[in-house]
Amino acid sequence: MPIVADVQLRNLSKVFDGVTAVDDVSLDIGDHDFMILLGPSGCGKSTLLRMIAGLEDPTTGDVSIGGTRVNDVEPKQRDVAMVFQSYALYPHKTVQANIEFPLKVRGVAKPERAEQARSAAATLGLTEYLGRKPGQLSGGQRQRVALARAIVRRPAVFCMDEPLSNLDAKLRGETRAELVALHDRLDSTFVYVTHDQVEAMTMGSHVAVMSRGRIEQVGSPQEVYARPASVFVAQFIGTPPMNVLPPGTVEPTEWLVGVRPEHVVVDPDGDVDATVTLVEHLGHEALVHLLVGEAAVVSRVDAAASLPATGDAVRLAMPPAHRHRFDPSTTRRVDP
Amino acid sequence: MATSTLPRGWRAAGRYGLLTAVAVVVLFPIWVMVVGAFKPFGDVLQDPLLPTSVTLETLRTAWRDGNLGRALVNSTIVSLIVTMAQLVTSVLSAYAFAFLRFPGRTFAFGVFLATLLVPFEATVVVNRSTIQDLDWLNSFQGLAAPFLATAFGTFLLRQVFLQLPKDLREAARMDGLGHLGFMREVAVPLARPSLGALALFGFLSSWNQYLWPTVISTDDDWNTVQSGLRTLSQAQIDKPNLVIAGTVIVALPIFLVLLVFQRQLVRGLTAGAVKG
Repeated sequence: MPIVADVQLRNLSKVFDGVTAVDDVSLDIGDHDFMILLGPSGCGKSTLLRMIAGLEDPTTGDVSIGGTRVNDVEPKQRDVAMVFQSYALYPHKTVQANIEFPLKVRGVAKPERAEQARSAAATLGLTEYLGRKPGQLSGGQRQRVALARAIVRRPAVFCMDEPLSNLDAKLRGETRAELVALHDRLDSTFVYVTHDQVEAMTMGSHVAVMSRGRIEQVGSPQEVYARPASVFVAQFIGTPPMNVLPPGTVEPTEWLVGVRPEHVVVDPDGDVDATVTLVEHLGHEALVHLLVGEAAVVSRVDAAASLPATGDAVRLAMPPAHRHRFDPSTTRRVDP
Repeated sequence: MATSTLPRGWRAAGRYGLLTAVAVVVLFPIWVMVVGAFKPFGDVLQDPLLPTSVTLETLRTAWRDGNLGRALVNSTIVSLIVTMAQLVTSVLSAYAFAFLRFPGRTFAFGVFLATLLVPFEATVVVNRSTIQDLDWLNSFQGLAAPFLATAFGTFLLRQVFLQLPKDLREAARMDGLGHLGFMREVAVPLARPSLGALALFGFLSSWNQYLWPTVISTDDDWNTVQSGLRTLSQAQIDKPNLVIAGTVIVALPIFLVLLVFQRQLVRGLTAGAVKG
């Protein structure tokens, strides 16, 4: 049964005891989209997700799912499933009972829900753990049970609140790929909250970068990386972050100039004078820390290249095609 | 920091010595009780600490003269009513104080707790008057009514419910559970050790009630075990170990209950105190 599961947020705000957590956010999440809400802690991304799920009531604004305004609709009637950071599994129930539970509450007959639970468990490789309790599972397995509990209902929208943050780095990498594959298999829209830019860049079809309760930019991961809409986005996405130099340092304009570390090249023919302050060897690459005037700049170079030494005076090339210009007063992007 | 210079074996011996001394102090009255219960009436004042002669006659007489069979049935029924009612009322009120938002919640909870400061004896007269007005003297409802709710149970379970992760409640909401569903399917099963402990406390305190059954029952047929023992002591002052034998009889069911549920009791008492 095809379900239209686009999500529309219109002028959405949430105020907690005088503190604005989400500030006038409007966002369109398309049907079958994998939308990442990305931002630092306290930027309002989880609150926004919880308003979509129905766990928080908006102070102002509207949430619509599939074209229907759902502000006053209970979470269970929104056709939304949620995966929590803590997994929130019922510790006294077996894996099978956990997965079946949403169906049981909805009155699905026992044989049918058992079958659907087994199918969801099989999808996530949990068949052999169906008789265990959550306390007997590893973090990764619990995370998969939480996912199975979400997919067993076949919801129109999946909300995920930093579901990988409790996993170790290796498992996180594996599960990222599994989630992308799951999204491809399911006929659903994913809204995924994270502060991890790697997750955002590798998983999302779209990324909404948030700061201080507002959306700074929405776009594909490549778009957000290549054409950041503000200094905040430019410096939040990318490791190391984009270098942002004061007006007049690189070019004779009134704008702040941003350059990604990979586009800062140590080149005797370059037109910017710099002093090397530190060289970090990372194995496959090296980071050269420099001072341009009083501004700190990082250059990412191939580890095999001949590297300058700390204290060397060098010249830098920053190709104009890779420069990003921002208005110093608004910090917004000036370039089209 | 100072460290003990005593060898490890000595420290262990000291620990066990102390524990043994405490055990002797605790078990001494029970020993006296058991020895006395199995002695003939005439021997009880000679060597009261040694089982010099053994008979079941004292126990038989206590059972018959104290009408303890009836008292045991009464106590069991009343204690079960009180225990079940306390579980239900404590769960409902604790859930409300832990999960529902309503005006005056903190004040209402404070009032609940304040009732713990009022000794039961202070309310006996007015409670008896109420029970008499309801024509509930000499009845199970009269014996049980003042104990159907307990502020201690509310407090205990509220603390347990407050320790449940917020995400669990929200996951249950997403799964479609309302408050009653969450209470039944999640909160109560997860609070089972504490519920077990509360049930045991409720049962024990009801079983050991002396004052209330005494003032509420005017007919010996409505004696509970404690008021039955009082009857026994008044009727047979020439047989000092008859009450001791009666005490053994009425303590036996409680001993068995504790034996069966002691693990539950300890788990309930330590719930939340130890990282699980």
